Amino acid sequence: MSAQKASTPPARPGGPGGPGPGGPGGHALVMPTAKPKDFKGALRRLGGRLRTERLLIAFVLVLAVVSVTFMIMGPKLLGNATDILFDGVVSTQIPAGVTQAQAVAALRAKGQDEQADLLANMTVTPGQGVDFTALARTLLLLVAVYLLSAAFAWLQQYIMAGVAQRTVYRLRQAADEKLARLPLRYFDDHPRGDVLSRVTNDIDNISQSLQQSLTQLITALLTILGVLIMMLSISWLLALISLLAVPLSVLLTVIIAKRSQKQFAAQWERTGELNGHVEEMFTGHNVVKVFGRQKQAIAIFDEENEKLYDASFKAQFISGMIMPVMTFVTNLNYVAIAVVGGLMVANGRISLGDVQAFIQYSRMFTMPITQTASIMNVLQSTAASAERVFELLDESEEEPDAATPVALGHTCGHITFDNVSFRYVPDAPLIEDLDLDVRCGETVAIVGPTGAGKTTLVNLLLRFYEIDHGRIFIDGVDARQMTRSDLRGLFGMVLQDAWLFTGTIHDNIAYGREGATQDEILAAAKAARVDHFVRTLPDGYDTVLDDDATNVSAGEKQLLTIARAFLADPDVLILDEATSSVDTRTEVLIQEAMGALMKDRTSFVIAHRLSTIRGADTILVMDRGHIIEQGGHDELMAARGFYFDLYASQFEEGLEEAS
Amino acid sequence: MIRLLRSGLRPYWRQILVVMVLLLVQAIANLYLPTLNADIINNGVVTGDTAYILRAGAVMLAVTLVFVIAAVIAVYWGAKVAMAFGRDVRGALFRRVESFSQAEVNHFGTPSLITRTTNDVQQVQMVVLMMLNVVISAPIMAIGGIIMALRLNVPLSAVILVAIPVMAVFIGLVLRSALPLFMSMQRKIDRINQVTREMLSGVRVIRAFDRTRYEEQRFDEANVDLTQTTLKVNRLFALMLPTLTAILNLSTVAIMWFGSIQVAENGMPIGDLTAFLTYIVQILMAVLMATIMFVMVPRAAASAARIQEVLDTQPTVVDPLRPATDVAARGRVEFQDVEFRYPGAEDPVLSGISFTAGPGEVTAIVGSTGSGKTTLISLIPRFFDVTGGRVLVDGVDVRDLALQDLWGRIGLVPQKAFLFSGTVASNLRQGDDQAADEELWRYLEIAQGREFVTEMPEELEAPVSQGGANVSGGQRQRLAIARALTKRARIHIFDDSFSALDFATDARLRAALKRETADATVIIVAQRVGTIMHADRIIVLEDGAIAGMGTHDELMRTSDTYREIVASQLGEGEVA
Repeated sequence: MSAQKASTPPARPGGPGGPGPGGPGGHALVMPTAKPKDFKGALRRLGGRLRTERLLIAFVLVLAVVSVTFMIMGPKLLGNATDILFDGVVSTQIPAGVTQAQAVAALRAKGQDEQADLLANMTVTPGQGVDFTALARTLLLLVAVYLLSAAFAWLQQYIMAGVAQRTVYRLRQAADEKLARLPLRYFDDHPRGDVLSRVTNDIDNISQSLQQSLTQLITALLTILGVLIMMLSISWLLALISLLAVPLSVLLTVIIAKRSQKQFAAQWERTGELNGHVEEMFTGHNVVKVFGRQKQAIAIFDEENEKLYDASFKAQFISGMIMPVMTFVTNLNYVAIAVVGGLMVANGRISLGDVQAFIQYSRMFTMPITQTASIMNVLQSTAASAERVFELLDESEEEPDAATPVALGHTCGHITFDNVSFRYVPDAPLIEDLDLDVRCGETVAIVGPTGAGKTTLVNLLLRFYEIDHGRIFIDGVDARQMTRSDLRGLFGMVLQDAWLFTGTIHDNIAYGREGATQDEILAAAKAARVDHFVRTLPDGYDTVLDDDATNVSAGEKQLLTIARAFLADPDVLILDEATSSVDTRTEVLIQEAMGALMKDRTSFVIAHRLSTIRGADTILVMDRGHIIEQGGHDELMAARGFYFDLYASQFEEGLEEAS
Repeated sequence: MIRLLRSGLRPYWRQILVVMVLLLVQAIANLYLPTLNADIINNGVVTGDTAYILRAGAVMLAVTLVFVIAAVIAVYWGAKVAMAFGRDVRGALFRRVESFSQAEVNHFGTPSLITRTTNDVQQVQMVVLMMLNVVISAPIMAIGGIIMALRLNVPLSAVILVAIPVMAVFIGLVLRSALPLFMSMQRKIDRINQVTREMLSGVRVIRAFDRTRYEEQRFDEANVDLTQTTLKVNRLFALMLPTLTAILNLSTVAIMWFGSIQVAENGMPIGDLTAFLTYIVQILMAVLMATIMFVMVPRAAASAARIQEVLDTQPTVVDPLRPATDVAARGRVEFQDVEFRYPGAEDPVLSGISFTAGPGEVTAIVGSTGSGKTTLISLIPRFFDVTGGRVLVDGVDVRDLALQDLWGRIGLVPQKAFLFSGTVASNLRQGDDQAADEELWRYLEIAQGREFVTEMPEELEAPVSQGGANVSGGQRQRLAIARALTKRARIHIFDDSFSALDFATDARLRAALKRETADATVIIVAQRVGTIMHADRIIVLEDGAIAGMGTHDELMRTSDTYREIVASQLGEGEVA
C-alpha cells in the first residue's frame, strides 16, 4: 500500500532537452535552392581556404565534443538526482527496521507483483529519508556540467565567428583584387549583375553558412551520435521506435517540400509580374497621369496584387505545415515511448528512471535530425555560391607588367602605331596592320561608321586590350615596356557613358586628380560650363550623386566628367563621343574650352559631329579596322573619297535645316 | 514599424484573435501531454494496469491530434493574415505613389519607390508571418505555463518568476546592442555592393585615371568595416544561445533542489515536481524561440520605416477643394512671372517667365542643356507647382482646375518616349479607349509611323515590350506622338520629340502635324533649329530666364544667344 502512494513517480524530469521541433531554418528545407555542379569539389576547395585557420578549427571541434558531451550528461545526472529523491521518498514509506527484501516479499504476498518488481530494482535504506548531501553533490555536479557546456558552446561560437569572418574577408579581398587584374575583355563578356552578385551575394551567402551551418552541423552530428549511444544503452526496443520516426519525418518533409516548391515558384513568378507592373507605372509616372490612366493602373495593380496574395498564401501555408507536422511526429513518438515504456516498466523490464531519461533523449534526438536536413540544403546553396566565386578567381588575368619597366614621367605625346593588328574574336579580324604616326601636340580626329574600330584604337592605346601583333611607341618607348599604371597616367579621358560614383559633385570632379584644391575644382567646373547648373541644385557642390539622382540629366553628368578631365590636366587627351549628349550650343562652349585644353597637347577625338573635328591636324577615317584615309580636312575633301561622302551626308542636313 | 503594423493589421483583428486562441490551444495541449504521461505512470505503471496505459495513450494521441489540427489552422490563418497585410500595404503604397507629383517622385527617386513597394513590403510581411506563427506563442506559452505552475505549487513558481525576468533582461541587453549593429551591418553590406557596382560600371575610367589602388582602398575600407561589424554581431550572438540555455538549465536545477526540500518537508508529490520541470522547459523554450525570430526584426523595422515614410508623404499637387467648372477648352496657355526652384536651392531653375501661347500658334522653346526647358513645360500639367507667379490654362490658374480636367486638355509627348508593355494599339488607345482602328492608322500616318507598323507582321497588334525596348528610338518617338494625337487635346506639348528622327522624316512629320493641329496650341521644345525656325514664337531660355522671344528673323536680329545657337548648328554649311 505504501509503495503505491509513494510512487506518484517522476514523469519527465526536465533538462536541456530539445526545443520544440522544427525550429528556425525550417524554411530552408522547402525553398528551392541553386544546385552546384560539383558539390564535393566546391566544398573541398572552400575548406582549403580555411586551411590557415586549421588549428583554431581543430580547437573548435574539441570544444564542440566537450560541450556536447556535457550536454548529453545532463539528463542522466538529473535522472540520478530524481532517483536519489525518489529513493528517499520511498524509504520513508517503509517503516524503519524492515529491510527492502522484506518489503518486497510483503508486496508479493499481497499479489502486487508489479510494485514488488519496482521496489526490488531500487536501492533503498528504509526509513532513511531523502539523502540531501548526495542530492546536493549531484546537483552541484549538474550545475558544473551545465555551466561548462554553456561556456564551451560560447567559446566555440566565439572562435568560429573570427574564423568565418577572417576567411570571408580574405575571400572578398581576393575577389576584389582579382577584378583589378582581370582584362577588360572579361567585363565585356560578363553581365555586370552576374559579376556583382559573385562578389557580394555569393560571398555573403558563404559568410552566413560558415558562421552558422558549420558549428550547427558539428553540434548536431555529435548530438545525434551521443544521444543514439545513450538511447541504445537504455533500451534497443525503444531506440528502434524512436528511429522509426526518422524515415517518417523525412518522408513527410519531402512531400511538403515538393508541393511547396511548386507554390514558391508560382509566388516568384507572380512577384515578378507585379514588380514589372510597378516598375512600369512608376517609370512612366507622368505619362500615366497626363493620359488619365491612374484608375486603370490601379485596377491592374489590384488584380496582380490579388494573384500574388493568393500564390504567396498557398506557398507560406504549405511550407508552414512543416512545423506542425514535425511536432506531430515528435509527439507521436513521445506517446509511443510513453505507452510502450510504461508497459515495459509495468512488466519490470526496465526501470522508471530509464523511461524518463529515454523520453528526454528522444526529444533531444529529433531536433538535430531536422537541423541536419536543413543544413544540408543550405550547404548545397553554399557550394553553388562557392563554385561561382571560385570560377571568378580562376579567370585568366592580364599579362603582368614588364619586369624592368621603363618609366616615362611626361610625354610630349609622340605616339606611333607600328604594324598593329588586333581582333576581339579569333576568327574576326578587326584592326589589321595599322600604321600611324602622331607628332607632339597634334589633334587627331577619328571618324568612321559604327563598328569601324574607333574605340578599339583607344582601347589599344591605353592597353585595355593587348595587341596581337606589332608595337605601339610613346616617345619611342614600347608601351608594353611601361607599367600599365605609368602608361595610363599619361592619358586623360572622357567616355561615351558618363561614369560618376556615389559621392558629392565636388568629389566626383576631384577624382580627376589627387590632391586638387578647391579653387582648381571650381575652375574646372567653370571651364566645363557646369558651374551654373551645380549652383541650381539644393546642396550645390555638396549634392550627393547616386543611382536615384534624377535631377541630374545625362548631359549634365557628361559635363561633370568633362570637368574631371579638365582637372586631370593630362599629357594626352582622349575624348570618346564626349559631347554626344550635350546640346549643340553647350557643345560649342565646350569646344572652345576643349580647344584651349587641347592646345600643345596630343589629343585623340572620336566624334560623329564633323564640326567637332574639322579643326583637327590629322583626321583618320576608319572603316572595318583600317585607316582608309588620313589627312587634313581640306586635303580629304579635295580627295573626294569616303570622308567627302560622309561629310556631304551631314552637311546636306545642316544646309536644309538652315533653309 | 509598430505604427505600420497597427494600422495594417487592424482590419484582421478577428483572424488574429482566432490565431491567438489556436495558439493557446496548442500551448495547453503541449502542457497537457506531460501531465497525461505522469498519469500513465501514476495510475497505470504503478498499479500494473496495462489497459489504463493504453487508454491514457489514446487520450495522449487525441491531444496530439488536437494540437496538430489547431496548429495547421493557426498556420492557415497566420499565412492568410500576413499575406493579406502585405497585399494591403502594397496597395496603399501604390495608390499613394500614384497620387504623387514629380516633386515627390524626385524626392524618393523612382528606383527607391519601386524597392519600397516590392522588397520592403516583402520583408515586413515575412516578419508578420513569423510573429503570427511563433513570436506571439511565446507569451501565451509563458502565461499558460505560469498558470499551470501556480496551480501545482505557488512557492516553486517563484523560480519561474525569477527566471523569466532574468532571461528578458539578458535578451533585452543583447538586443539593445545588437539592433543598431544589425542596422549598421545592413548598411555596410549595401556599401560593399555599391562600391563593387561602381567599380564594375566604371572599370574603363578607373583604369584610365589609374585609380585602381584608390578603388581597392575604398573596397578594403568597406570590407574591413563590414567584417568588424559582422564579427561584433556574431560574437554577441555567440553569447545568446549558451547563456539562455544555461539560465534554463540552472532553473531546472533550482527547481530540483527547492522541489526536493518541498517533497521531503511538505510532502509534495514527486509527480508535481517533475511536471514542474517540464513546464519550465517548455515556457523558457518558447521564449527562446521567439527571441531567435527577433533577429529578423531590425531589417524589417528599417523596411517598415521606409514604407511609412512614403505613406506619410502628402502629395503636394492635389485637386483643388472647389475646382473651376465649365471652363471652355480652347487651349490658351499663359505664364505670368513664373518662378520655380527646388526646395532649399540657392538659385531658381526658372524665374521671371511670362508669355502667352494661344490656339493656332506654335511656340518653340530653345536653350542649352540645363537651361530649364523641360521644367518649364512640366509646370503646365502640374508635374510641379510653381513657387512664384501663375500658370493659366484657358484663363484659369492650373491649380484651380481639377487634375483630370487639366490633363484632359493636354496631349504630351515626353522627352523619353515611354511606351507601356502591350501592343501598338493598346499604347495608342491610351489617348482614347474608343478609338477605331482606322483612326489609329490616321494618327500613325501623321506621326510618320504607318510605314513601319505596316511592316510589322501583326501590324496594330504587334507586341511592345516594357518601355518600348523592342522598337528603335525613332519609332518609339513616332508612336508616342501618335498616342498623344489620339487624345485630340487642345494643347500639344512636344518635349524634344523629334531628336531621334532623320531630317526627311522630321520635315514630313512637322508638315502633317501642322495640318492636324492647325487650331490647337502647340508648344515645342527642341534642339535643332530647323525644327523650330518657322514657329510663331520662339522663346530662348538661358540659365532659367528668357533671353529672347520672337520669330526666327526677329531673334536673328536681336538675340546674341539665339544667333550663337543657330551658328553652332549651321556653322559647317557656312564654311563649305
